[in-house]
Amino acid sequence: MNHLDKLEAQSVYILREAYREFKSLCMLWSIGKDSTVLLWLARKAFFGHVPIPLVHIDTHFKIPEMIEYRDRMALEWNLNMIYGENREAVVAKQTFPDGNTDRITCCRHLKSEALKRTLSGEWPRYRMNHDLKRYEPDEKNEPYTGVIVGVRADEEGSRSKERYFSPRDSGNSWDVGDQPPEFWNQFKTDFAPGTHVRIHPLLDWTELNIWEYIERENIPIVSLYFDRGEGTRYRSLGCWPCTNPIESSSRTLSEIIDELGSGSLAGVAERSGRAQDKEDGGLETLRRDGYM
Amino acid sequence: MHTRSQMNIVIVGHVDHGKSTVIGRLLADTGSLPEGKLDAVRESCRRNSKPFEYAFLLDALKDEQSQGITIDTARCFFKTAYRDYIIIDAPGHIEFLKNMITGASRAEAALLVIDAHEGIRENSKRHGHMVAMLGVRQVTVLVNKMDLADYRQADFEALKEEYTAYLRQIDVEPVSFIPVSAREGDNIASPSPAMPWYEGPTVLGQLDRFRSGGELRDKPFRLPVQDIYKFTQSGDDRRIVAGTIEAGTVAAGEEVLFLPSGKRSSIASIESFNTPVKHSAEAGEASGFTLATQIYIRPGELMVRPSDPQPEVGTRFRANIFWVGRVPMSPEKEYKLKLGTARATVRLAGIVSTLDASDLRLSRTKQQLDNRDVGECILETTRPIAFDLASTSETTGRFVIVDNYEIAGGGIVLENLSGGETILERHIRERESHWETGNVLAADRERANRHRAKFIVITGPPHTGKRALARELESLLFRNACSTYYLGMAAIEHGLEADLRRHGDHAEERLRRIGELARIMTDAGQIFITAIDDADDRDIETLKLLNEPNEILVVGVGENDFVSTTPDLDIDSIDDLFLAVSRIAELLASKEIISDYQI
Repeated sequence: MNHLDKLEAQSVYILREAYREFKSLCMLWSIGKDSTVLLWLARKAFFGHVPIPLVHIDTHFKIPEMIEYRDRMALEWNLNMIYGENREAVVAKQTFPDGNTDRITCCRHLKSEALKRTLSGEWPRYRMNHDLKRYEPDEKNEPYTGVIVGVRADEEGSRSKERYFSPRDSGNSWDVGDQPPEFWNQFKTDFAPGTHVRIHPLLDWTELNIWEYIERENIPIVSLYFDRGEGTRYRSLGCWPCTNPIESSSRTLSEIIDELGSGSLAGVAERSGRAQDKEDGGLETLRRDGYM
Repeated sequence: MHTRSQMNIVIVGHVDHGKSTVIGRLLADTGSLPEGKLDAVRESCRRNSKPFEYAFLLDALKDEQSQGITIDTARCFFKTAYRDYIIIDAPGHIEFLKNMITGASRAEAALLVIDAHEGIRENSKRHGHMVAMLGVRQVTVLVNKMDLADYRQADFEALKEEYTAYLRQIDVEPVSFIPVSAREGDNIASPSPAMPWYEGPTVLGQLDRFRSGGELRDKPFRLPVQDIYKFTQSGDDRRIVAGTIEAGTVAAGEEVLFLPSGKRSSIASIESFNTPVKHSAEAGEASGFTLATQIYIRPGELMVRPSDPQPEVGTRFRANIFWVGRVPMSPEKEYKLKLGTARATVRLAGIVSTLDASDLRLSRTKQQLDNRDVGECILETTRPIAFDLASTSETTGRFVIVDNYEIAGGGIVLENLSGGETILERHIRERESHWETGNVLAADRERANRHRAKFIVITGPPHTGKRALARELESLLFRNACSTYYLGMAAIEHGLEADLRRHGDHAEERLRRIGELARIMTDAGQIFITAIDDADDRDIETLKLLNEPNEILVVGVGENDFVSTTPDLDIDSIDDLFLAVSRIAELLASKEIISDYQI
């Protein structure tokens, strides 16, 4: 087994463990490369099927190509696709692009809050109807007690402290200082009423591993990651007002892998194109509050 | 495609002995820091008029800086020319033992840092012990802060001797000792000119010498069954046994045995997604299999090869446990055991001894395991599980204990003690010794009723008409003047079991209550009838024991799940209810429970 085989096996084990232990389970799909690899790993774990609902939080400011890609894959792979949103904030224009909040507050409204309320079932969920090929309000509104998330330890400081199975209390908050132990391959799969567990199958993967795996498995990913002639590409995807491409002429998977391997991006953080990280407190403040 | 190998290393040691500095150095000296990071930290130190330290490089979280201690297991990535490393920084502060365990559990090798100046401290010992128990076999000791000891060889040798003696007591033989000064960079990436007397490898050199994996492949085949999948709704009829191979290899066509159930089959195919067809699978793979025959198995069984050395099966074993729960582990309570993919209710049946890992003092008087105790204990599960001794197969010989939703302890199995009296047998012995009977004897009731008492269990898959059969049997017996009662599960769900409904998995307790109820009803001279979905050998054995000294009769309907149990009567299907009831009645007559003329 090479290093990708080992990473794949560990992630598959974690996904199967989650599927076995959590009756009300979902997987977050941001449409980015990491959670798309995660989705692919679910197909590995369940032999071509994805028996777990996929939840996407639509901020209404995503790069349009991302949403188009999401729905195409949902139909092609027969995904139980669900999205949630902060309708109120969008309608009231309580957002950064509308000029009414700062970036962090906007993230809080459109992502953290929308995610929290969608997971808890308090706010409406919309489910893809595969026959009609469109979304319909979902009748099921039970809270998800297990939430699979594609965060990686190497992405950013606070993520390096995560466990594979990480409990969150009823307020979604994360007590970094007092996390349960993980012995060998035994994880926290028991949880008190009102709490839920975040599951992180990709924790040990690096950015380079993700691209190597996408290449090996030939996983279709959104084309925003490639230079399409402008000398730039996205390295991390988000909402268009707060996400900037990096300068890079990588047009193919192997060019991205060479670029990462060459060290030419070594001095640039992966999320450097994500403007909210640079605001005061940044990602860590957001994550304590339930952000992924 | 990059085919570089990757290795997880954990770094442990007493607080302030310099782990973070070692890591900071490794990152800096291997060029693994983001560009400008080193300068930025230096600059920030200068502005705040504090001396620069490599440890500051790791302070990714605000909490850390404010408390001045590493609060959780953090992972850092760096590479040498030979391979990639994930270095897991395990906190030295005693409060964060859980994090140290988490870090060490994932590591193939450990660096244990001891301050040359301060010497061996509590966590130097505790961590050495823990790392060994967690199964990390390769340990290198870094004697740090040699600059503060003026790089004296004598200081290094004295500490090496003392710590080697300690490790020997717990059967750990370190791979090497390296004198370093992480602050000054001595013997980290390059040999130290200040310590010409040291001729061994640098820390980086040692890391590249650690061996990685491999041996598990050559061990007996072990696959803890994680789940059984059938995605019929998506048009897939494969019934796939899924799990990660913990040891050995297996090939399509081979015979396999499932334990503890004892069921056998052979592997029809090895399943995977988006790969060429697989004919074999080996340790480490998260695999899937279809079987040649339809057998009913459950998650938690251990799949093995019948020709390999067999694992242990039992309910009672001796183990080393380390407890990290806030509430002590006590013999008064029930816990959940997770071993491989098996889950079982477990009790602490006895404490042989406890060890204070900081000073290696043994105690034989403790009645419970306190937070951070290591204890040699006897554990008893309510159901048999399959396991290995940690000494023969590490990955299937270790377990965790869950207390009140939290993993509160971990351990390794030392010896199988099964064969002695189980918790259930002891319970029944004690119950019977206290049983109070009235003046009416069983023989009196038999004479009056003109039949004997019996507990009749009808079992089989759901929706096979078991309940209709049970009710019809009750009617027939009643019409023929028998003292009989049918117990419907719904009747106890909201009554006798009402207190169980808030517990998730209460199958065992439900079974116990049915068994206790049967004991009373048969004592009252009744023919007591119930229908249970998919009982297995263990369920029947439990009911039989609980109903003792009275008798049980098992009727199997449709396909059953038995290996060791032979039902008293097998009914393929209940197409003709009258016929099925008659067959049970005939059996009761032939066994002289009732007399022929009664039906």
